[in-house]
Amino acid sequence: MTVLLEVTNLRTEFNARAGLVRAVDGVSLRVSRGECLGVVGESGSGKSVTFSSVMGLVRSPGRVTQGTIFFDGRNLRDLSSEEMRAIRGRDIAMTMQDALTALNPALTVGEQLAEVLEAHDETLPSSGSARRAAIRDRSVEMLGLVGIPSPDTRLRQYPHEFSGGMRQRIMIAIALACRPKLLIADEPTTALDVTIQAQVLELITDIRERLGMAVVLITHDLGVVAEHCDRVMVMYAGQVVEEGPTDQVIGQPRHPYTRGLLASIPRPALRGQPLTPISGQVPDLVGLPPQCRFHSRCPLARPECLVEVPMRDAGPGRRARCLRLEDVE
Amino acid sequence: MTDATLAPTPPADSLFRRNLREFRRNRLAMASVIVVLIFVIMAVAAPLIAPQDPNATDLFRRLQPPAWVQGGDWAYPLGCDALGRDILSRIIYGARISIFIGVAVIILATGVGILAGLAAGYFRGWVDVVIGRVVDILLGFPYLIFAIGLMAMMGPGLMNIVLALAYKEWVIPCRVVRGETLAVRELEYVEAARALGAGPRHIMWREILPNILSPVIVVSTIRMANVIILEASLSFLGLGVQPPTASWGSMVSDGRAFILEAWWVSTFPGLAILLLVLAINVASQGLRDAFDPRFSE
Amino acid sequence: MSLGKLLERIIQLVPVLLGVSLIVFVMLALTPGDPVQIMVGEQAITAEQEAELRRDLGLDRPLVERFFLFVANAVQFDFGQSYYHGRPVADVIAERLPATIELSLVALIVALATAIPLGVLAAIRKNSIFDRMATVGSLLGVSLPGFWFGILLIMLFAVHLQILPVSGRIGYASEVLTVTGFLLIDTLLAGDIAAFGEALRYLLLPAITLGLPMTAILMRVTRTSMLEVMRQDYITFAEAKGLPRRRVLYRHALKNALIPTVSVAAIETGSLLGGNMIVETVFGWPGLGRLVVESIFLRNYPLVQAAVLLYAVTYVLLNFIADILYTVLNPRVKL
Repeated sequence: MTVLLEVTNLRTEFNARAGLVRAVDGVSLRVSRGECLGVVGESGSGKSVTFSSVMGLVRSPGRVTQGTIFFDGRNLRDLSSEEMRAIRGRDIAMTMQDALTALNPALTVGEQLAEVLEAHDETLPSSGSARRAAIRDRSVEMLGLVGIPSPDTRLRQYPHEFSGGMRQRIMIAIALACRPKLLIADEPTTALDVTIQAQVLELITDIRERLGMAVVLITHDLGVVAEHCDRVMVMYAGQVVEEGPTDQVIGQPRHPYTRGLLASIPRPALRGQPLTPISGQVPDLVGLPPQCRFHSRCPLARPECLVEVPMRDAGPGRRARCLRLEDVE
Repeated sequence: MTDATLAPTPPADSLFRRNLREFRRNRLAMASVIVVLIFVIMAVAAPLIAPQDPNATDLFRRLQPPAWVQGGDWAYPLGCDALGRDILSRIIYGARISIFIGVAVIILATGVGILAGLAAGYFRGWVDVVIGRVVDILLGFPYLIFAIGLMAMMGPGLMNIVLALAYKEWVIPCRVVRGETLAVRELEYVEAARALGAGPRHIMWREILPNILSPVIVVSTIRMANVIILEASLSFLGLGVQPPTASWGSMVSDGRAFILEAWWVSTFPGLAILLLVLAINVASQGLRDAFDPRFSE
Repeated sequence: MSLGKLLERIIQLVPVLLGVSLIVFVMLALTPGDPVQIMVGEQAITAEQEAELRRDLGLDRPLVERFFLFVANAVQFDFGQSYYHGRPVADVIAERLPATIELSLVALIVALATAIPLGVLAAIRKNSIFDRMATVGSLLGVSLPGFWFGILLIMLFAVHLQILPVSGRIGYASEVLTVTGFLLIDTLLAGDIAAFGEALRYLLLPAITLGLPMTAILMRVTRTSMLEVMRQDYITFAEAKGLPRRRVLYRHALKNALIPTVSVAAIETGSLLGGNMIVETVFGWPGLGRLVVESIFLRNYPLVQAAVLLYAVTYVLLNFIADILYTVLNPRVKL
């Protein structure tokens, strides 16, 4: 499989009142065409900011200060804002956590769908009425694709007239309208009921296979990752701490943090055993010393862990940021 | 804190001090406070500061220009009006009227507003309905028109202006206090005081009021700027303080007839209004930023 | 919004309007001075004539009855006779009303047309020099006493530069047939472009003076709500869709940001009513505001009473419209 997105040594910083916050610190990652990468971490681990950086959507006072972001052979950091705009929505699309807040309450669903096509689709006819008809057809098709019944009439409705699950589908339809090569799905299920969560994830996986696009699934739910992702990347305090094929990482974690995450979620295989939450808190990202960021919460921590730890090989296609990765069981 | 010493008290005092420090750091706001203080000193010490008797007419000095203009005289720095009265002295004495009315209206209105707002928010039920109705009705009048109607009825005079403005002004603190009281009355420490057997009077005055004072003070200062402009407007229309008492609004009005030959008669008193009102507005914005960050941007 | 809910809201207006009328009625009833004496003035009349006048005016009835009579008459636009003009109050007011409405509308347009672009620009360039200047400007705008600002404008543009007229509504040279009473419309109806231009020239300074505080307030509201909207998820999502920046700003952000602006504008239009008295007095504008001020000094109380009532009712209705506009513009809020 060829590489679609390759991020190297990315750093994104925010100028906060308390000091400089490195929300993303030296993140490297790779997504192949058609692949699904799961990104896991607590809130504040930098997983969302990493992909906002990829899309060029980091807002002031934040900015990307270091690293390269190669997408489809081009370094996105070298592009002008206009070139970047052309890529967003057409080649890389994004869905957000809560469709209720991500859809504009004052515009109809049809308008919010049509405007993406209007902005990117060069195959549309140029004349007024033919263009409008083509946009309409495509909009109806997209709503059909995500399973919205009677799309014709629903195009004229406002977001608040839909149920939560339907809104999420609409947001996905908008994101997929231009058949992007990469979809970044930021916590696509957090805002939904359990029953609807499964449906939405099935929909994303189903469309991914049909359209052959790559998906980055940002979540804090390892269960979701296990079911839908080829590979997984675990983030902690702005850094990647472990990555590798999903079944291997979940089957045999190589970083104490990953192991802690796994121990803190209920799993059918371990029914009857007590859940163990990770003790302690995520460190403050202001003025972090160059040392293992997990050591204050780590059951395996030793004095020699107080150094800067690089990513280390942990088997074929796997890496972890731990000096004692061999001891993690 | 006699019969409810066990009730957890909110840290109102230390918060207040922290806010005050925050406010002191705001240089623009502090400068505005100084400007306001200068006006207050002018008003209090008017007889000591004013170079001339504000009401002494001198027809030889009719429309005498400011000192730096040809024909001016440094004994009359800002020139004289149509009756030869010293404009600077009249501005200094005029500060008394503006500040007195501003302070009196706000104190009166805030007092009534706190009483009505506490009652409406604490007792709710029919008390709230009745007070709410009166508030709705008073809000139905444009402010200046209401005041003009009242002044027409009561006739001119210092106390009548205070009353005419306060009749409507209390509605504003009342609404603030009611809203805050509704929010605060269910909080833990109020519940605790109630559980300890504190009566409504104690709860309202000792538990609720100290904790909702910040927004009330912020709103009151903003409103004071408005009241000063309203008083000046009434005086400008001839419905305020009656001649020969110097008030800024009527001084501007006096100068209207002479804009062709004596620009200074209207300009300086108006500038005084602008300066004072602007300083109060800037200071109150600083207060709002420091004490009630909810409303700041 | 359903018709039933709208009706409910309208019914809720009734007690407020009644209360407002009561206050206006009480204001006049408590006014010192005998209305008959004021009406008659210097003329000598017999006791019989006086009693008859009293009966005609309803002054012999109890206060409660007089109040309901007042409301009943007011609903039919019957406010009695204007002592001074010797004509029905309603006629005198109707004659002056177009000038006031015309001035207020132009002031509203001036305020909206300057406040919204300035507010948007200040929000987009938050913390820039322009933003700071706009903030200072809006503070100045709410702190300037309107009557003084009007006089300054007259001194600068009319007296010093002599490019705009000092006061009045139109020059004596222009004779325009009164159709609607709105000079801007009447001059156009007459096809007299020169007179239209002249009417505009007369309107300019009063409209700016009247609209200034409103401009300052609306600019702040627009800036604040625009900043608030720009923080929303749907703006990030619109950007993630790769929409052109102009579309994100004007279609996605502004459409939502204008909801509070429009509703504040409706409320502030009510405060233009108060400003009218001042501005019309400063610029010699022959409208209702100046008529009221003059009438107070002439002790022409029925006219003052009718005008105050009219202003208050308009104000209540404007607030009502602001409320309705807010719900109509905001698809999320359902009544």
